[in-house]
Amino acid sequence: MATEIDQSSQSLAQLPPGIEQDALLKNVTDTLVDKGFVVAQLDNLVNWARTGSLWPMTFGLACCAIEMMHAYVSRYDLDRFGVVPRASPRQSDVIIVAGTLTNKMAPAFRKVYDQMAEPRYVISMGSCANGGGYYHYSYSVVRGCDRVVPVDIYVPGCPPTAEALVYGILQLQKKIRRTGTLWR
Amino acid sequence: MADAEPHIRSLADLGETIAGELGDMISSREIINGELVLHAQRDSIVKILMFLRDDVNCQFKLLMELCGVDYPEREERFDVVYCLLSLTQNMRVRLKLSTDEASPVPSVTGVYSSAGWWEREAWDLYGIYFSDHPDLRRILSDYGFEGHPLRKDFPLTGYVEIRYDDEQKRVVYEPVNLTQEYRNFDFLSPWEGVQQLLPGDEKAEAAEEEGGDA
Repeated sequence: MATEIDQSSQSLAQLPPGIEQDALLKNVTDTLVDKGFVVAQLDNLVNWARTGSLWPMTFGLACCAIEMMHAYVSRYDLDRFGVVPRASPRQSDVIIVAGTLTNKMAPAFRKVYDQMAEPRYVISMGSCANGGGYYHYSYSVVRGCDRVVPVDIYVPGCPPTAEALVYGILQLQKKIRRTGTLWR
Repeated sequence: MADAEPHIRSLADLGETIAGELGDMISSREIINGELVLHAQRDSIVKILMFLRDDVNCQFKLLMELCGVDYPEREERFDVVYCLLSLTQNMRVRLKLSTDEASPVPSVTGVYSSAGWWEREAWDLYGIYFSDHPDLRRILSDYGFEGHPLRKDFPLTGYVEIRYDDEQKRVVYEPVNLTQEYRNFDFLSPWEGVQQLLPGDEKAEAAEEEGGDA
């Protein structure tokens, strides 16, 4: 029985809703009722917890922030993925760089990133954050936020749609799940 | 002037009144696109603005904007532009004065308190020095920034760029190193730039010519 749930915890995220998922969930529920506990692999459990509660640091810098807000509110509702914007770097797992990163902002941005607890991830949203974009040749803009922090996911677009950002977050979840390590 | 629109006439009257009251302080005046523009003497700008604010017939109590302009080919290369609004008279007036890198412009923060940040902005972006300003620091550009970026001779990419140094554990400044050259648009190429002639338009012209000939 225990081995069965070992496999199930891994496959639960991948299973689409349907008869198979129902059967698996019923299996888990029955085991819980029966024995009072379930057995799972620790790394799978950790990955499940990490992907299910990616709390992003609010870091809207320009127009991309508007699309980021659209992704948070009712139509796309990132809350259903456990993505809740936080106002403190101490409480966040991921920072979404939404907009133009200027030279003046760069040290502050790095400080915020440094204050985030491990494991931490970075989503670079939009052309300006990816590589300077429209302001690539400007005297006051960082030519890509990857010059300041390591970036996990680049979301292209100017600005990317809210849907594109949601896709980026799903890609980050996939990346976390596939990396499958406790420490980065 | 008799057939001019009423507001143009009242602006012309206003300009005449102001020039009459202030005399030499206003070097010239003109009406451009239905707006009154006064060219002022640099050293008397505070007196002029004080008069425009307090005179019963003017009452320009709002400073809408203050900005710099750069004309690199001129002897005194900068202009400072003051845009005023009178709510009671329902009129606007624009004052201009010229200066260069060295000569200071008297600060008007004593007349309009809103001028403080705008003068800081003009100082930051053009390097126009305002004397008697209570706090003339840079306002927009980076801490420790060198140069005045809105001057025409300032290079677009500036002089420094930013990178996080993993050894020093901080953001460091380095001389600009562009990995990609400026894009140079060839407007004659059919693939770049705006086409004067839309596809198909030449037929209309040809038809017109034929019609003209016949």
